[in-house]
Amino acid sequence: MDFAQILSNSVAFIIAPATIAYALAAIGLSVQFGYAGLLNMGIAAYMAIGAYGYAISTLTFGLPWWGGVLVGIVGSVIFSLILGIPTLRLRGDYLAIVTIAAAEVLRLLFLTATFDEITGSADGLSGYHESFRGANPFPEGTYGFGPFTMSANGAWVTTFGVILVAVSLLVVWALMRSPWGRVLKGIREDEDAVRALGKNVFSFKLQALVLGGVFGALGGVVYALPSSVNPGSYVTSLTFFVYTALLLGGAATVFGPVLGSVLFWVLQTFLGNVLPGLASSGILPISSSQASTLRFILVGVALMLIVIFRPQGILGNKKELTFVK
Amino acid sequence: MSSEIPEPVLPVSPMPHAPRPKSLGLHKGEPAPGVAKVDPIIIADGITRTFGGLTAVNVDQLEIPRNAITALIGPNGAGKTTLFNLLTGFDKPDTGSWTFDGKSLSKVPAYRVARMGQVRTFQLTKALGLLTVLENMKLGAKGQTGEHFFQGLFPGIWRKQEKEIEQKAMDLLVKFKLDAKKDDFAASLSGGQRKLLEMARALMSDPVLVMLDEPMAGVNPALTQSLLDKILDLKDEGMTVLFVEHDMHMVRHIADWVIVMAEGQVVAEGPPLEVMQNPAVIDAYLGAHQEIDLGELTGRYTPEGKI
Repeated sequence: MDFAQILSNSVAFIIAPATIAYALAAIGLSVQFGYAGLLNMGIAAYMAIGAYGYAISTLTFGLPWWGGVLVGIVGSVIFSLILGIPTLRLRGDYLAIVTIAAAEVLRLLFLTATFDEITGSADGLSGYHESFRGANPFPEGTYGFGPFTMSANGAWVTTFGVILVAVSLLVVWALMRSPWGRVLKGIREDEDAVRALGKNVFSFKLQALVLGGVFGALGGVVYALPSSVNPGSYVTSLTFFVYTALLLGGAATVFGPVLGSVLFWVLQTFLGNVLPGLASSGILPISSSQASTLRFILVGVALMLIVIFRPQGILGNKKELTFVK
Repeated sequence: MSSEIPEPVLPVSPMPHAPRPKSLGLHKGEPAPGVAKVDPIIIADGITRTFGGLTAVNVDQLEIPRNAITALIGPNGAGKTTLFNLLTGFDKPDTGSWTFDGKSLSKVPAYRVARMGQVRTFQLTKALGLLTVLENMKLGAKGQTGEHFFQGLFPGIWRKQEKEIEQKAMDLLVKFKLDAKKDDFAASLSGGQRKLLEMARALMSDPVLVMLDEPMAGVNPALTQSLLDKILDLKDEGMTVLFVEHDMHMVRHIADWVIVMAEGQVVAEGPPLEVMQNPAVIDAYLGAHQEIDLGELTGRYTPEGKI
């Protein structure tokens, strides 16, 4: 077991595309769940829309890369409207049921062989990189240092992703200190009270769903940028992983989603390397494939522990923990 | 023997008020259920609301007088809160129409009703727990530019209005003695303080009609006095107040007009003292023993002073 290599692999995930994708999706969830109290259990579907929207419009319709990003965004807005208009008038938990179901419907649509020519069904999509890589401002070579060494393409994906995260954070930060964000937080606490004060609660909830969905779709785009779109990625457990990252960092905080995603991926990679290593060197009495599954069990346990003992997350306000709703 | 019973000590107000006379002559003709008012702010016609087989509200005709304090009383389950919900758009009636300030409110959603100047509070207080007291207050202000998505992104657009709102919120908090708590989470307030906060928050929107659902429930006697004062102040400032309350002492003293509901219907209305003499009201709600000390009813205490 090469411990230095494992550490280096883990640390590299601080700015890996997957981490950035999770961070964007978690920022979207923080708007929807953390600030507006909308229990969106379908963030994986938003990521799928971003990824497939990007890949399909580049491959099938020959759009440039930025056109693909726009298609992903527009697709997520339409999805939010379809989901939100019938369900946001209902109580919060219904949204959770509907979004989880809608996410599954969408995933199965992408998976079915009927649309194989467009979606690639079970094989997914790949080979859509030409336009994005053509826009790469970095000349060929290697960039970065130590664990963060990457190719020119990798550097471009990372830079693009980091810029998206920075812009998203800026937007969320600006909105949540504004009266708009105050109404959203009010809705999270008690929507009837906010309604009684003359605010159009439905409209605010729809705006939050759309905004969060756009971040989710951007997360999906970044998830797809380095290699391929695989329908197996956008399953319900992806939603739970993003929730874990979000709750770890702090659901109702600006930087929490980013911190949570970084910690989540670094720990995931670390455990994914260490546990099989421990198993193969006989320290853990299990096979090494069992050991790599063990980390998902640990994710589940971690999610439970966070929700029970630190529901406000690492960056959340300590005072918020003192009160039980 | 009865001379041994100490005379009840009347609470002495630290600042004696100028007398605040009750509004008289609010109605046209004899007071009876559904009587027309001289200047009604709400006129309701044929409102019914059923939940399954239960008719919760069945009001033929009801008018609420403007710039007066009207109390809505009645036994538990009489439909008072349901009527509140219907009038404020939080619930939809099966039949009926009603107007506020001459404008029809049928099918108008709750938030628009509030924007028209008819704000309400809730029987179970709805303080927004994880917002600070000041944020709770600021949320109450109407017509905020910064509440629009794109304007919200640029503080330059809304900062000036925000300052004005904050000033107004602070003034109200001082009035309601909550200014020291402005940075605390509303969840840390006591039940009575939450009632105060909810009322103050409702006032942030400069309402025309304030509807209070049991404003005194769970509030200690000292606080009750100051809340009563606040309600009377509202009337002095030109607002109309409609409130639901079970405390007859309070109803008698601050209401200009009383509407009594039972089993979903208005069974009596009129000036407080007259309504409370009404046999139907005594039957349906007050009970025959309202003037007798509770101790005599329960046998814990006799007029002779024996315990």
